[in-house]
Amino acid sequence: MSTLKYALFTGCTARQSTPEQMMSTMAIAEKMGIELEILEEATCCGASHLQDFDDFLSLVLNARNICYAEKRGMTMVTICNTCQLNTMMTKRRLDKDPELKARVNEKLAEVGLEYKGESEIKHFLYAIIDDFGLDNLKKMVVKPLSQFNIAPFYGCHNIRPSDIHEESNGHENAYAPRSLDDLILACGGVSVDYAEKNKCCGFHAELQAPHTAAVLTGNAIMGAMDNNADWMVTPCPLCHLKLDTQYEHASKAVGREVKLPVLHMQQMIGLAFGISGKELGLQHHVSEVNFI
Amino acid sequence: MSEIKTQKITFKVFRFNSETDYLPSYINYELDVTHEEVVLDILNRIKWEMDGSLSYRRSCRHGICGICSVKVAGKAILACKENVLNLAAAFGTELVIEPLSIKRAMKDLIIDKGDFWSKHDQIKPYLISEIEEYPETENLVTPHQAEALNEADYCIQCGACHYSCPALEINEQFIGPAAFAKAFRFEADVRDEAGNERLNIINAPEEGVWDCVKCMECAEVCPKDVNPIEKITQLHNMVFSAGIAKNNIATRHAVYFKDSIAKHGQLNEAGLVIYSEKGYGMYKHLKVGAKMIAKGKAHINPFIVPKSDKMDEIAKLVKSSSSAKF
Repeated sequence: MSTLKYALFTGCTARQSTPEQMMSTMAIAEKMGIELEILEEATCCGASHLQDFDDFLSLVLNARNICYAEKRGMTMVTICNTCQLNTMMTKRRLDKDPELKARVNEKLAEVGLEYKGESEIKHFLYAIIDDFGLDNLKKMVVKPLSQFNIAPFYGCHNIRPSDIHEESNGHENAYAPRSLDDLILACGGVSVDYAEKNKCCGFHAELQAPHTAAVLTGNAIMGAMDNNADWMVTPCPLCHLKLDTQYEHASKAVGREVKLPVLHMQQMIGLAFGISGKELGLQHHVSEVNFI
Repeated sequence: MSEIKTQKITFKVFRFNSETDYLPSYINYELDVTHEEVVLDILNRIKWEMDGSLSYRRSCRHGICGICSVKVAGKAILACKENVLNLAAAFGTELVIEPLSIKRAMKDLIIDKGDFWSKHDQIKPYLISEIEEYPETENLVTPHQAEALNEADYCIQCGACHYSCPALEINEQFIGPAAFAKAFRFEADVRDEAGNERLNIINAPEEGVWDCVKCMECAEVCPKDVNPIEKITQLHNMVFSAGIAKNNIATRHAVYFKDSIAKHGQLNEAGLVIYSEKGYGMYKHLKVGAKMIAKGKAHINPFIVPKSDKMDEIAKLVKSSSSAKF
């Protein structure tokens, strides 16, 4: 296999509230021989909120981020579901609407950039599955996670709306997703089936609608607990933050104590590769990782 | 004549009579299904050939009346549109058929859709306009003006999005994606003169667009590709451009992204919470914040933020591309 090389769009969260996600991303990429060139020029994607205030600005900024992947002639890899959705939604809208694309490019031209639509945009989960391959990943597993029941938590913005994602997420069925389950199995774990695995964690409404958001978080952790999960795993740092740090609000909202360790998919892979917990940043979790 | 190929599928159907039953039950029906059959064909066969007591709604069988929507394997669908073997390929050969909302079930797959219609009533789902009683010319709408509706008028009011929305499931005051899409349909209509009358309704806290959790389920589930979340975004934009956005936690939360990007390129995550909460609301987050700081998930100084490269370029673009006002 030739070396895989991607332009990494880290998003804001991996550099602030989930340092362990950045650490584990780099640690497993190195092990897998995947080269990640960080897009230091990139801005925040707007996180599904900027477009509520200023839709055009959101398009310009996301198009600009893609420009820097295009300049490098690389596929952009994201490590946050919401970054993936916002970037991909921008790409879809610009690629199908030449008039809109021209308006955006008019702005980008002011800083010497042009959006062409040449770079693919993929979440790291799907880059691993499609490009690296789970069979290759399995060969690298030295500490299979066979003693753990692991609950996959997919996160909305990697799977919905499927017409935006289908080309970059292997035509995942939003109602019966498989990718994260397959990744758990490849790491030697047992994947837990539960109704909330493809549901919303409530992150995006946490400040504006705290009760709704807390109930959603509570339901998700409850579903995993009631199906005997030892811990949860997610490809999205925002889901991670919500489930990892908000369990007290969630417990109050659903009237029952809910709490589980919530790992990033990179940390799960890293554990199976035999990378130390410290290198994977397991010490940065609020819901303590108590099984290593 | 060659034999018609079929596949054995078990349909686990929700049965309940709200007048006589305390709890619902599920009854299994096993049928040989051809590649042409849709869910409605199966419901008809069960009723006509196996169990005449099964109740469900049906009418046009052409995907336009919106009455036959049910949930199969948890996914809201139009029974007359969804091919059974496609569903089996995705969800397996045992398919659970349930009403759109179990808590609103009246008889088997029939629900009381009263809440759906009252949410529509709430947003004034009609053109508000002074109309001359005896007009002398037609009130023409150009194709370009009609495009502004963005296909929101394709909604057939089947309720698939409404009964799949997690925000609505928890907060019954929330207006919900179907009625929001309908509100947009009239707000975007060049003939409508409602002004802020309708926008004020969808701008209300708890009920309005701000409580959307952005799960994208409404876009995924809609059988007519109306994409309600896209209309919800456009309603947000209309609230700002009409100048009626109140200074509250939800609006500050949306606006802060622009300010932070202009300054840092990145979102200042701690800054977002502090600004949205206007400082004094921070007491709600102190406990979680302290834990995050202790675990190295947040910096003790919320003004230390990583910066993007090429900040001059970013600041220039934000300035020249942004026209939204708050």
